[in-house]
Amino acid sequence: MNHIFSKQNRSLLGELVATDFKLRYQGSILGYAWTLLRPLLLFTILYIVFIKFLHVNYGIPHSAVYLLVGIITWNFFLEITSGSVSAIVARGDLIRKIKIPRSMIIISTSLSGVINILINVIVIAIFMILNHLSPMISILWIPLLLFELYIFALGLAFFLSAAFVKYRDISYIWEVICQVLFYLTPILYPISKIHWPIVKTILFMSPLTQTVQAVRYALVSHDTYTISNSTNNIFLILAPFAIVILTFIVGITYFRIKSKTFAEDV
Amino acid sequence: MDEIAIRVSGVGKTFKLPHEKSGSIKNLAINFYKRNKSFDLQKALNNISFDVKKGEFIGIVGRNGSGKSTLLKLLAGIYEPTQGTIEVNGKLTPFIELGVGFSPDLTGRENVYLNGALLGFNRKEMHSMYKDIVDFAELHKFMDQKLKNYSSGMQVRLAFSIATRVKSDILVLDEVLAVGDASFQRKCFNYFMHLKRTNQTVVLVTHDMEAIRQYCDRAIMIEEGNIVYQGHPEEISQEYQKLFALEVDKDKTEYKDDKKDRWGTEKIKTTHSHVVVGDEQIIISAEFKANENVDAPVIGFIVLGPDGKNILEGNTHRLKFDTKPMKKDQVLKIEWTFQNVLKNGKYDLTLAVCDQSLVEYYDWFNKATTFNVNKEGSTGGLIDPQIKIPKFAVT
Repeated sequence: MNHIFSKQNRSLLGELVATDFKLRYQGSILGYAWTLLRPLLLFTILYIVFIKFLHVNYGIPHSAVYLLVGIITWNFFLEITSGSVSAIVARGDLIRKIKIPRSMIIISTSLSGVINILINVIVIAIFMILNHLSPMISILWIPLLLFELYIFALGLAFFLSAAFVKYRDISYIWEVICQVLFYLTPILYPISKIHWPIVKTILFMSPLTQTVQAVRYALVSHDTYTISNSTNNIFLILAPFAIVILTFIVGITYFRIKSKTFAEDV
Repeated sequence: MDEIAIRVSGVGKTFKLPHEKSGSIKNLAINFYKRNKSFDLQKALNNISFDVKKGEFIGIVGRNGSGKSTLLKLLAGIYEPTQGTIEVNGKLTPFIELGVGFSPDLTGRENVYLNGALLGFNRKEMHSMYKDIVDFAELHKFMDQKLKNYSSGMQVRLAFSIATRVKSDILVLDEVLAVGDASFQRKCFNYFMHLKRTNQTVVLVTHDMEAIRQYCDRAIMIEEGNIVYQGHPEEISQEYQKLFALEVDKDKTEYKDDKKDRWGTEKIKTTHSHVVVGDEQIIISAEFKANENVDAPVIGFIVLGPDGKNILEGNTHRLKFDTKPMKKDQVLKIEWTFQNVLKNGKYDLTLAVCDQSLVEYYDWFNKATTFNVNKEGSTGGLIDPQIKIPKFAVT
């Protein structure tokens, strides 16, 4: 058996990602512009509703960029997980007829999400310039934070795609869970609005809250509430990382076991 | 182990077949609660062991549902064996279907590279094979066009070209490769011959006995998940044909008097037919009864081969034989004889009666009789006439 990052597999991964990318906006007039337009349109709607109408106050300057960064970070997570749920089933033809490492399918799907966020960086950069926001040295943390979020999403993607082969309910369940997670993560509202300490603690333990807030901290304003500047409890600070690692291990292990019978079940 | 390309030891495969609608959370919960088994077990292969030596062209034969496709997928690494192990020594490339992963919205060139990557070749390796692939497929002008603009013949050509240009230590091929028109089949034939000549290690799964005889060094016959025979291709093909011959003996249907497979106006009806198979001659005899007065009819027969194709046809019209008008309730008896050039196997006889203009069919009786040819020392080839050697000299 080839190593997962062998030359062959890297080559396969490259072809799969390239194919995905080429086919993604096949036949649409605006093409790749949609990668930018989708989060931008969502941002516009939320900006009008939450900042212009409801006057949500994040307690920091540059609230528009603050909101945008939150949405794009969330979208990164959403795209990888939701995009992967049906990935194995969608490639059933390959799985039944060709011997390819099954994990390659999930990794290639997730890399499309990575490419998208790289494109979205342009949007954030433009907004930062418009808002006269100059990058801080803490911007160097961003790749690490996104990597953490990527690992979290990848672990979930492995689990969801493997479970979906047998239980097609997963896609609907995940849709609902994503809705819940979106509102459980302080993207639209400032975390300071939450007054119950227990809820706040639980929220802070979520890797989503942690990464979204940390990205904002690193990119927009050091006034952002993050887990490390609101508590001294070391267990609480480490909790999100533990959840990420645990999710990844559980996800990939479940996938490993289930992938043995993908060709029969799919 | 150096000499061995594939070693299969004690391999078994059992499938879990889920009951209807167990694939939802609701049923999962119900079944968990009731502690029911939500699936049946089906054994597809039992205790299969064999070796494939390097440079060997090995054939795997078996009827539909015998488990040969399962074995193929196990060899290809698509399925995992339930019991036993499969050791593969070298790079194994399976071709279960042509053009797997082809995407209609990509160009021919992109599809070649994608297909190559799926088969386990990196970009550099594909670069070195690319020209060869396009040359063989003869599609130079079309490589930058999208695959959806190719005709289906062109798509198959491209896929086949990739499959045949691929350089791998061990090839695992399914017989589906050999579909297509005559010129394509010739290409396949040449390709298989080339593989044999160059001592490529090949596992070919098929039920075409000709292919087994022509290419294979050794063959394995699978029946109901077990290896029932392995050895020389010639012996295997004899054994394989016996499988079907046995079937006829089991339910001997000399003359089927059912109404299912027949149609016509019934002015004359077939009442009996019989085939006597001699080593040199085959005699077909049939009886017909007139239900009303009719003009001289045309009577004919068709012999259908084991694959259901017409092997030979004969009728009184073409043989320029004058039949006679018949009165109501008269019975007509006819006999045809011809040289027994048929290969061993199971054959069907179809009988037909119609008017002189070949327009009104009185009775068309499909597969009225099934018969068996089982000669000593049957040879390969499409037909098997008696061949004599009237001259032999050494000078």
